[in-house]
Amino acid sequence: MVNWTKTEKATITDIFSHLDYDDIGPKALSRCLIVYPWTQRYFSGFGNLYNAAAIIGNAKVAEHGIKVLHGLDLGLKKMDNIEAAYADLSSLHSEKLHVDPDNFKLLSDCITIVLAAKLGSAFTAETQATFQKFLGAVMSALGKQYH
Amino acid sequence: MSLSDKDKAAVRALWSTISKSSDAIGNDALSRMIVVYPQTKIYFSHWPEVIPGSIHIKEHGKKVMGGIELAVSKIDDLKTGLFELSEQHAFKLRVDPGNFKILNHCILVVIATMFPKEFTPEAHVSLDKFLSG
Repeated sequence: MVNWTKTEKATITDIFSHLDYDDIGPKALSRCLIVYPWTQRYFSGFGNLYNAAAIIGNAKVAEHGIKVLHGLDLGLKKMDNIEAAYADLSSLHSEKLHVDPDNFKLLSDCITIVLAAKLGSAFTAETQATFQKFLGAVMSALGKQYH
Repeated sequence: MSLSDKDKAAVRALWSTISKSSDAIGNDALSRMIVVYPQTKIYFSHWPEVIPGSIHIKEHGKKVMGGIELAVSKIDDLKTGLFELSEQHAFKLRVDPGNFKILNHCILVVIATMFPKEFTPEAHVSLDKFLSG
């Protein structure tokens, strides 16, 4: 169970209320596939991932990026019990998709960097700390159902 | 991970764009690190205060970025070029190497906020490989 101050909750709510999912989602996932190329193994059915340009232009990557980013909404809606919010998705990632939980951190770092690029100096150290705390809680919840 | 010629070219190109802001980058990256990862403050307990933007952080940020500038100049042989700094961090400063990843991440975040256009995914992967090396 993660404890949130009022300020932290407000920061997270604020970030998500202004979030352009259609922009950030594809950018974050494509960046992850480019910077950490071994993550491409989970997307062998996505077609051409041959180089950075192909990944950035890949419609399936873009669509999936948006889906994954909306997955964060579950945590946003249930910040006081994030573990429960992700129980089903955790089972999915472990039992069906077989994703190594270390990869959650890689995607999480890419989301942070893409958001930082979008917000510029508004992405203060405090904002970064709160956002990474939120992503950390989501990652921990996603890893819960792994045995 | 070894750096390809493309990686080296990308790092040099990005560095030439960002180097004039290296003091600001160093300050912001270190300030972020102690806020986002408070456990890193332990390495600076000899300073009177460990707060973002303080004179100590600014000076140390400059030092760290100087180290990166050195690394860029020695990009063709990082192991030899950074040998002394590596020894210093291991034996004198006794920094847990996990913290290098933390600082690297903070540097990448700062570059993303300051240079969103130039910090493309391709530049990102090359710089990440370089900083990890």
